[in-house]
Amino acid sequence: MNPIETKQTYQEYVDKKSPNSPILKNCFNAFWVGGLICTLGQIIMNICKERGFDQTMSGTIVSIILIGISAFLTGLNLFNKVGKFAGAGSLIPITGFANSIVSPAMEYKSEGYVMGVGGKMFTVAGPVLVFGISASILVGIVYMIFNTQTMTLV
Amino acid sequence: MEKIGKQTIKFNNPPTITECAAIVGPKEAQGPLAKYFDQTLDDEFWGEKTWEKAESKIIKETVNTVISKSGVSSDQIDCCFAGDLLNQCISSSFGLRELSIPLFGVFGACSTFVESMCLGAMCCENFAENVLCATSSHFCSAEKQFRFPLELGNQRPPSSQWTVTGSGASIVSKSGSGPFITHITPGKIVDMGIKDANNMGAAMAPAFADTLISHFIDTGRNPSYYDAIISGDLGHVGKEIAIDIAKSQGYNIKSNYNDCGVLIFDKAKQDTHSGGSGCACCGTVFSGYLFKQLKERKIKKLLLIATGALTNSTSSQQGESIPGIAHAISIEV
Repeated sequence: MNPIETKQTYQEYVDKKSPNSPILKNCFNAFWVGGLICTLGQIIMNICKERGFDQTMSGTIVSIILIGISAFLTGLNLFNKVGKFAGAGSLIPITGFANSIVSPAMEYKSEGYVMGVGGKMFTVAGPVLVFGISASILVGIVYMIFNTQTMTLV
Repeated sequence: MEKIGKQTIKFNNPPTITECAAIVGPKEAQGPLAKYFDQTLDDEFWGEKTWEKAESKIIKETVNTVISKSGVSSDQIDCCFAGDLLNQCISSSFGLRELSIPLFGVFGACSTFVESMCLGAMCCENFAENVLCATSSHFCSAEKQFRFPLELGNQRPPSSQWTVTGSGASIVSKSGSGPFITHITPGKIVDMGIKDANNMGAAMAPAFADTLISHFIDTGRNPSYYDAIISGDLGHVGKEIAIDIAKSQGYNIKSNYNDCGVLIFDKAKQDTHSGGSGCACCGTVFSGYLFKQLKERKIKKLLLIATGALTNSTSSQQGESIPGIAHAISIEV
């Protein structure tokens, strides 16, 4: 067999030859670490509610605390180790979002606070913000069109 | 100096590799070749404020080390070929700006070290008495330029490689007692359409095989002529592919072939996935380990083929494939 006969045969050969990511192991780690982070969030939520905060306020406090922990661990060069181990488990919760903003801010500090930290802070999180906000606007428009009768003006 | 065959140059008065030096970072210092390097660093910054500055310092100090080890004073060096991975080769030009030696900046991605030696050897056949060749790379500055911030919590695919932090430098001279550069085979660009920037070994392996086979055809040699055939930074994945491609073309290199990216790290212990890469991979492994093997005559005939992926982050994002290149030098004691 000649692997470099054509580009296509080479691509197929390379796909076969290259090792795959350990998907089962990655999924398992993502599952339990992600679950642990969410459980932690729920515990904070319950404590807040017991202290008399309402649902919305408790949710905000959970976000602030998880973002704070994630940013702190990023600064200590620890979050990347968690992320390497847990993958999507630590990436999908709000912890991953905080990490994606703090890590470029740290990385580009050497290029100054304005063009470095300020300009590059959203290089990783930028797409999430753009498409997240766009999607919410779209959903809002759809909601407005189909729910005009039930909408109440505040 | 004469051209033989399609793309190989044979030296009638083979230049000598007078001296080599290598400085590496902390990760390489934990690898299996640690004892062969001139200096190993405790941290990636080496007292500097940025990784780019640290990389410049590494190449500067490596060049100073090779000059002092060789006994050739810097005003006896006619010119210098140097390059690295950062945009516009800032590490080498910033690192060498106080050197006062005429500088040719070279870019061949990870093949830069051998490319510099090829050019240096050609100079030595003509006007030069001594030529300095140096390259550097730095894991942190390379990650920053080509991939993601270091602290970002993501996972690397198993085929990805780890950029070597360090610098390798050599002095090639017109006369001396060896090891001698007898032939060079500059490589053609080979692009087999691989687009995955996390699988550079697969992108570069066809270029390696092309240069390897061209060298054998041009010189009339076969793999068993050499004690060792060493590629630059194909890594574990690329190494296996290179063996397969060479075999399919009728050359069995399995018994005496290895790769600098495989040699420099311990895959099982160091979590470097497919192995080392970067300009310093071939630079440090040759300057640190292989040069000493040649000096001690443990390897008498070496074919060193450094491989480079001629890509950048813009071309990857635009969906371009990764052109590969490989340059070979044949070294004998």
